Amino acid sequence: MLDRAERGHRKLVEIKGLKMYFPITAGIFRSKVGDVKAVDDVSFDIYEGETLGLVGESGCGKSTCGRVILRLYDPTDGSIRIDGVELSDADSGTLRKLRPTMQMVFQDPQASLNPRMTVAAIIGEPLDEHSRLSKAEKLDRIYELMDAVGLNRNFANRYPHEFSGGQRQRIGIARALALNPKFIVCDEPIAALDVSIQAQVVNLLEDLQDRLGLTYLFISHDLSMVRHIADRVAVMYLGRIVELAPRDALYDRPMHPYTQALLSAVPEPDPEIETERKRIILTGDVPSPANPPKGCNFCTRCPKVMEICHNVNPPFRELEPGRFAACHLYEDTDTTAGKTAAQEELTSIQQGV
Amino acid sequence: MLTYTLRRLLIAIPTLLFISFVIFMLLDLAPGDPLADQPLTIPPEVREKMRAALGLDQPAWVRYLLWLKQFFWTEPLHTFDVMFGTSFAEGGQRIISWQFRSPAMDVIWQRLPQTLWVVGLAYVVGVIIALPIGIISAYRQYSWFDQIGTFVSMIGFSVPTFFTGVVLIIVFAVNLHWFPSIYDTTLKVTDWESFWKQVRQMIMPVTVLALFNASQISRFMRASMLDNLGQDYVRTARAKGMSEKVVVLKHVLRNSLIPVVTVIALGIPTIFGGAIITEQVFKVNGLGQLLITAIYANDLPMVQTLTFIFAALTVLFNLIADILYGVLDPRIRYD
Repeated sequence: MLDRAERGHRKLVEIKGLKMYFPITAGIFRSKVGDVKAVDDVSFDIYEGETLGLVGESGCGKSTCGRVILRLYDPTDGSIRIDGVELSDADSGTLRKLRPTMQMVFQDPQASLNPRMTVAAIIGEPLDEHSRLSKAEKLDRIYELMDAVGLNRNFANRYPHEFSGGQRQRIGIARALALNPKFIVCDEPIAALDVSIQAQVVNLLEDLQDRLGLTYLFISHDLSMVRHIADRVAVMYLGRIVELAPRDALYDRPMHPYTQALLSAVPEPDPEIETERKRIILTGDVPSPANPPKGCNFCTRCPKVMEICHNVNPPFRELEPGRFAACHLYEDTDTTAGKTAAQEELTSIQQGV
Repeated sequence: MLTYTLRRLLIAIPTLLFISFVIFMLLDLAPGDPLADQPLTIPPEVREKMRAALGLDQPAWVRYLLWLKQFFWTEPLHTFDVMFGTSFAEGGQRIISWQFRSPAMDVIWQRLPQTLWVVGLAYVVGVIIALPIGIISAYRQYSWFDQIGTFVSMIGFSVPTFFTGVVLIIVFAVNLHWFPSIYDTTLKVTDWESFWKQVRQMIMPVTVLALFNASQISRFMRASMLDNLGQDYVRTARAKGMSEKVVVLKHVLRNSLIPVVTVIALGIPTIFGGAIITEQVFKVNGLGQLLITAIYANDLPMVQTLTFIFAALTVLFNLIADILYGVLDPRIRYD
């Protein structure tokens, strides 16, 4: 991260202490009885032109995180800055004017396209709202976008259901590109696609990034795909980021026990190595985000769990240049800092009580 | 689409023939005698002659075929004659209503305007009220507006019209004297005064029926809106930066209207069927009232003709609803 900063990269997206709680209501009067802590105190930055991979198992809050960054949800707490503009408390009118900078490619290419609109209408609608192009210019732009994502121009007047999954995802990407965004959240854009099509779409995304200088937040549970596309990778578990590191460092030497377990779940293509390989098998289920465990979120399943893990939530801190993790195991690398942090955490818990 | 429509129309022919046969046989099997209300002093042989005059001495299948001929051949020819001044139907026997001693179709044409005005207007009013209520209820789900809307539609849905009708009569006609309790069919709208009188006598029956229709359709609209509000493409529209108005009215509403429009289309035949109970309560002598009196009087040709017309309209509007679905939803293709 340091060397990136030295290379003159600008922070495009800055997330600080982001929280997204969904209220749980019950009873006749729908009174609030608790919160689902889908995203719980997440902080990270995305540099201009890079791809940050966000990985984690199902239900850990990846998609919510992506959506709340684009303010498709109203965050409970925290700050979101994109291109220097604070979004977390922007009202809907201001937000709408900012939409052209930030776009999203959705997971389900079938459901995320309006079935009653033609491809041209879907791609062109943002232009109606945010630009003053004439009809002919708009059509030119639509054709240009369709060319950019490799869709035949003759398909402009067809409806989404007439396309294959991969083509539909291209429509979704063309739609996201229509307003020349700087930042795109790709919310599992390949999860609903065939493996052969996945590569096409990922290559398309990389190609567009090179040509247009896009910045991606690439949400996925496919570790090998993230390894292919991402520059840096953040690992999420139960609403929190447990580790954030440059891609190669993370895949070669994962630090957080959860990352180690996650990576060991990736099968090895070589059958001989595969049979001898020792996998880290996690036992038990992911705790409910409505009732996360005290202390570290991972303490109920961690193979290296310690006494302190059950009491104190480990702070998310930089262990090596560019490498962040939230784990008590690495506290001896910087004992004093860790201790003070832990004590701070402890006092804050006590204050909370 | 055209071949589909034609095919459906062709299928409709045997369907309708079968329906008419079933109705005819059911009516024939039903107890009751059209001459039951004649004085008992009529000698049996005269009574037999009267039966023969009504054609009742023939076996059922002969009477059925005769009815078919009258309904599908003589009546259309007669209508053609009336419209163009020709005389093709000359000498052809039309369907004669036993209680009115006159052609059944003429009576139906006389009754149709009352029914269309009262029941039809109630349907239109109901739809106009229901759509915004359904949309707002869904958009602000569980808000006060939604709770009240749900409560009112549950009442409109579950309280029968003969109850709401009588309550309205007691409150607004008997106690407040605002509206007449009896609908005057002989009233001719000639000037503003008679128009105002017509409006006043229509308000109560229209209100009763509109409440019932609106509660039904607003529930459909709300459910359909809720279904679509949660869809991914709505989130896409928001992410595109569309204004909330565009998101709700263009993306959500247009998709939600597809099932609602077909429900509305399917409800139209019931207008022609008249609201039997409400017409009775307010003494509107429309088609519903005609049907019920025809049943009481054992007026078999009239009952047969009316029921068959309702059946034909139901089949027709079923087809229209299906075609509308194909027009509105590009995913549905009829080839």
